[in-house]
Amino acid sequence: MMKEATISTIPTSADGLSRVDGRAKVTGAAKYSAEYKLDGMTYAVLVGSTITNGTIASIDIKAAEKAPGVLAVITYLNAPKVPGHQVAKNPGKPEVKSGPLKVFYDNKIMLNNHPVAMVIADTFERAQYAASLVKATYNKQVHDTKPPKDINKGVAPSDGKDFTRGTADAWQNAPIKLEQEYTLPNEFHNPMELHAIIAKWNSDDKLTIWDKTQGVKATRGDIAKAFNLKEENVQVNSQFVGGAFGSALQVWPHEIAAIIGAKVVMRPVKLVLSRPDMFTSVGYRPYTWQKIGIGATADGKLVGITHEAAGQTSSYEDFSEGPINVSKALYACPNVTTRYKIVSLDVGTPTWMRGPGEATGAFALESALDELSYKLKVDPIELRLINYAKTDPVSGKPFSSKFLDEAYEIGAKQIGWKDRKAEPAQATQNGWLVGYGMGGGMFGAYRDKATVKAIMKADGILTLQTAVSDIGPGTGTAMTLIAAERMGISPDKIKFEMGESSLPDAPMQGGSATTATVGGAVYDACNDLKQKFQKLMGNGGTDKLDYAKILKDNNLPSLDVTVQSSLGSDGQKYSMQSWSVHFTKVLVHPKTGVVKIDKVVCVADSGTIVSPKTARSQIVGGAIGGIGMALMEEGVIDQRYGRYVNNNLADYHVPVNADIPQIEALFVNKPDPHINQMGAKGMGEIALIGMAAAVANAVYNATGKRVRDLPITPDKLI
Amino acid sequence: MKQFTYVKPTTQTTAVTAIGKPGTKIIAGGTNLVDLMKKGVTAPNRLVDINALPLKEISTTKDGLHIGALALNSVVSENATVIKLQPLLSMALKAGASPQLRNMATVGGNMMQRTRCVYFYDTTMPCNKRAPGTGCGAMEGYNRMHAIFGTSDKCIAVHPSDMCVALAALDATVVVTGKKGTRRIPFTQFHRLPGDNPELDNQLAADEMILSVEIPENNFAKNSYYLKVRDRQSYAFALVSVAAALDIQNGVIQSARLAMGGVAHKPWRLFDAEKALAGKPATEDSFKTAALIAMQGAKGHEYNAFKLKLAPATIVEALKHASGLV
Ligand SMILES: Cc1cc2nc3c(=O)[nH]c(=O)nc-3n(C[C@H](O)[C@H](O)[C@H](O)COP(=O)(O)OP(=O)(O)OC[C@H]3O[C@@H](n4cnc5c(N)ncnc54)[C@H](O)[C@@H]3O)c2cc1C
Repeated sequence: MMKEATISTIPTSADGLSRVDGRAKVTGAAKYSAEYKLDGMTYAVLVGSTITNGTIASIDIKAAEKAPGVLAVITYLNAPKVPGHQVAKNPGKPEVKSGPLKVFYDNKIMLNNHPVAMVIADTFERAQYAASLVKATYNKQVHDTKPPKDINKGVAPSDGKDFTRGTADAWQNAPIKLEQEYTLPNEFHNPMELHAIIAKWNSDDKLTIWDKTQGVKATRGDIAKAFNLKEENVQVNSQFVGGAFGSALQVWPHEIAAIIGAKVVMRPVKLVLSRPDMFTSVGYRPYTWQKIGIGATADGKLVGITHEAAGQTSSYEDFSEGPINVSKALYACPNVTTRYKIVSLDVGTPTWMRGPGEATGAFALESALDELSYKLKVDPIELRLINYAKTDPVSGKPFSSKFLDEAYEIGAKQIGWKDRKAEPAQATQNGWLVGYGMGGGMFGAYRDKATVKAIMKADGILTLQTAVSDIGPGTGTAMTLIAAERMGISPDKIKFEMGESSLPDAPMQGGSATTATVGGAVYDACNDLKQKFQKLMGNGGTDKLDYAKILKDNNLPSLDVTVQSSLGSDGQKYSMQSWSVHFTKVLVHPKTGVVKIDKVVCVADSGTIVSPKTARSQIVGGAIGGIGMALMEEGVIDQRYGRYVNNNLADYHVPVNADIPQIEALFVNKPDPHINQMGAKGMGEIALIGMAAAVANAVYNATGKRVRDLPITPDKLI
Repeated sequence: MKQFTYVKPTTQTTAVTAIGKPGTKIIAGGTNLVDLMKKGVTAPNRLVDINALPLKEISTTKDGLHIGALALNSVVSENATVIKLQPLLSMALKAGASPQLRNMATVGGNMMQRTRCVYFYDTTMPCNKRAPGTGCGAMEGYNRMHAIFGTSDKCIAVHPSDMCVALAALDATVVVTGKKGTRRIPFTQFHRLPGDNPELDNQLAADEMILSVEIPENNFAKNSYYLKVRDRQSYAFALVSVAAALDIQNGVIQSARLAMGGVAHKPWRLFDAEKALAGKPATEDSFKTAALIAMQGAKGHEYNAFKLKLAPATIVEALKHASGLV
């Protein structure tokens, strides 16, 4: 059953199309939101609170207003009202939380660096200088930014009750069992591109924005609602996005602020967040405390798993995700109990970050399984195979496709799993301890609804249009490949247009759903367009068509179709998931505790790989994110002030080149026959989910030290 | 940032006149100063750009190796003479920052770079170094990167340089000039401990500038090593670093030089440990004894107590590398 992996580890031209926008990106021709130059452009800089909880007592903007080049200084006292901020009070049902932070709404301070003012000037430098002149005083109240240490202080989120399958807490009665706590600190998306918006009012009720967003349509809808505008009067452009990882899935206060500002000065306003602002303004992966109780029979059959988790959220808005979901679904375990709570603190609201929930949960579950494997003296892969879920343990439905067992086999061979010692701290290499570890992940394989317009013109160029954003995975490239295959034309004859809200509907780029969703629609649109041509030719015609000639022969300038496409009834019949497994070989210095990742092998089972090169990049990027999660990422708040102390890229560490070895990205590459015509499922999230556990497990194998509180820094190993 | 004026003198004399005025800052590579200005940590009203001065040379003189204050960190680290005569300096430089930063950073700027203490950088926080009398944010705060030697109740910041750790170990001399003339300061006395005046990092007067550093000849080239322990493999400041240089004849240490980074307000020279190594065999046992001596007087805080264990381990590892045991 061993199947040779189909992709070489370093892509060559034989692996197919390179990024269609690669040249534009590396030459600087690709324009990101902050890079547009508009006539009369002005520049906004935010001023944040220096306290964490309380109210603004006074705010002095006189000096700032007088500073050279300043056009406006906006605070809650003078800001025009945002219609969407004026929520109708429902006296019958008092609001528990006020909802998303309303910028310049009132004098309340909900978190440290809460925006209290915005300076708009004719240059960025002048705005920045004037911002330093704004002086606020505060009525300080006690704040609480301490992360949870158990679930006791938390409340169940509205969308998540405690869950039990079989007997509650059955792991306690298992012959072999363990219970451990795991923590994951606040992590930040920190895409290279800072969040940025340019807002321009074309008239009183017509707005255009250039904005970093993962969904131009959703952003258009939210902004139209906030400012009480007709949707068609709002144009959102987001042609290129320099990474987002979830941070641009919603409209944040700074976007509203820029739009308010543009209204005040009646000129285009550009607002680019600073790197420190990126730690408080656009969400983050929330600190999460987890406890896993797990038990098995002596031969490794899981008896029960209890997974408790408490994640932090803000005092004004609930955020919940699914860290406990992996424990329900990754293994065939008869008895599963989960309890998930959220704890309100005086911090900003978290948001989805690559592998939201699952990445957090998989660290705990896949660590616990590793711990169990040592107790049982069963190989970690074997333990996973003993408990392999052949049908979805939650719904009982069959999987639309699952080849995770093949992925285990491919990965184990590639990393050299046979060299792993069954007991920890047994192997050395040049004075460094050597360890191997693995960890797996799963994430729902979603396919949403999307509309694609396909236009074939007389010059033989096919244009595809849909309003999806590309935050970096290479959507344009994958869509071009799908269309080229369907139409039987060369990729260089295809133009893929996206990132504008006036284009046909597409969902946000999130949840690893774009290839399956938009790809499915591209496939259907091309199919329909091709049939239209075949009809023109009469009796079906051949499969290989000369589109330009057919148009010419029929005296037509172009032919087009607009097709909406979504998941069929198979969505009800099958459980659709993507799977991954990560293997690492690490070296740990026995005296200094330094960890070096020596080798990484990731194997994804995400259906057909439609674009080999960008798929590989996707896996490599996710694996690097997972290494960061394992070894270095940690947002630190000084609890006395409620303020982040490492809110920059020198102090908040993400991996650099020297930390990353050659990463081998392999794919099972077998189609999922139910999700779409290509058989392709998403892989953005699974690229990261399970990686942190693979590193932690390898560190244990090397040292005998189990680190359950991420990140694994040298001090925790000496 | 605040508006400032800018001058670029072309001779040493005009430069010395220019830096004498209050509110003036020298700018060299700008990799530290510009950040501090953007953050509002420092707000000079006048910048003196010294890059037009002829202070880039690397040469050997009767006093040893001479390196101009404007020699770039990258150039010094790749210089064949430096690698041959003082490999420890090259290793330390390469362990610092990133290639892009080293391409801009100068030797003088590196010596004068300010602490990376997060409380020093955030103007909303207390910091006696930035704003004397406001208190020390790090003392009871997040002090993972902070000092374990030579602290005061005013400041526990560390000097962040790697290069300076090697220069302290190698008995370098700093040549400075000002209106009162030129003077030579032993490297180990150039930086100072915080005491009651943590706002002062070093002995350089406000109207003085660094011209060069000089490293005397030595016998350490064969047995030198710079070991930096950090949270990632590049582009991170040291948790602890050790510069180790040994003169070993027939397996016996004739003389040793040791200095640590990431542990004090200045590059921390380990004189007592060096003495303990002299005359001893180059073995792990000797190194462990020296490391124990080196750690006398060390004091940890809430988040940096691990350095009490990491520092001696790093000393031993660095000495093992220097002596060829690994
Ligand atoms: C993200 C980041 C990571 C870094 N990591 C490391 C690291 O790991 N290890 C490390 O050692 N360093 C590191 N650095 C610091 C770097 O080494 C320094 O910024 C650099 O050496 C400063 O040199 P410069 O020429 O750019 O100085 P500038 O920024 O120009 O000046 C710095 C200071 O020196 C003064 N000055 C400059 N030249 C002279 C002179 N000739 N006489 C008197 N005063 C002078 C200036 O007035 C100023 O106060 C890092 C820096 C950054 C930004």
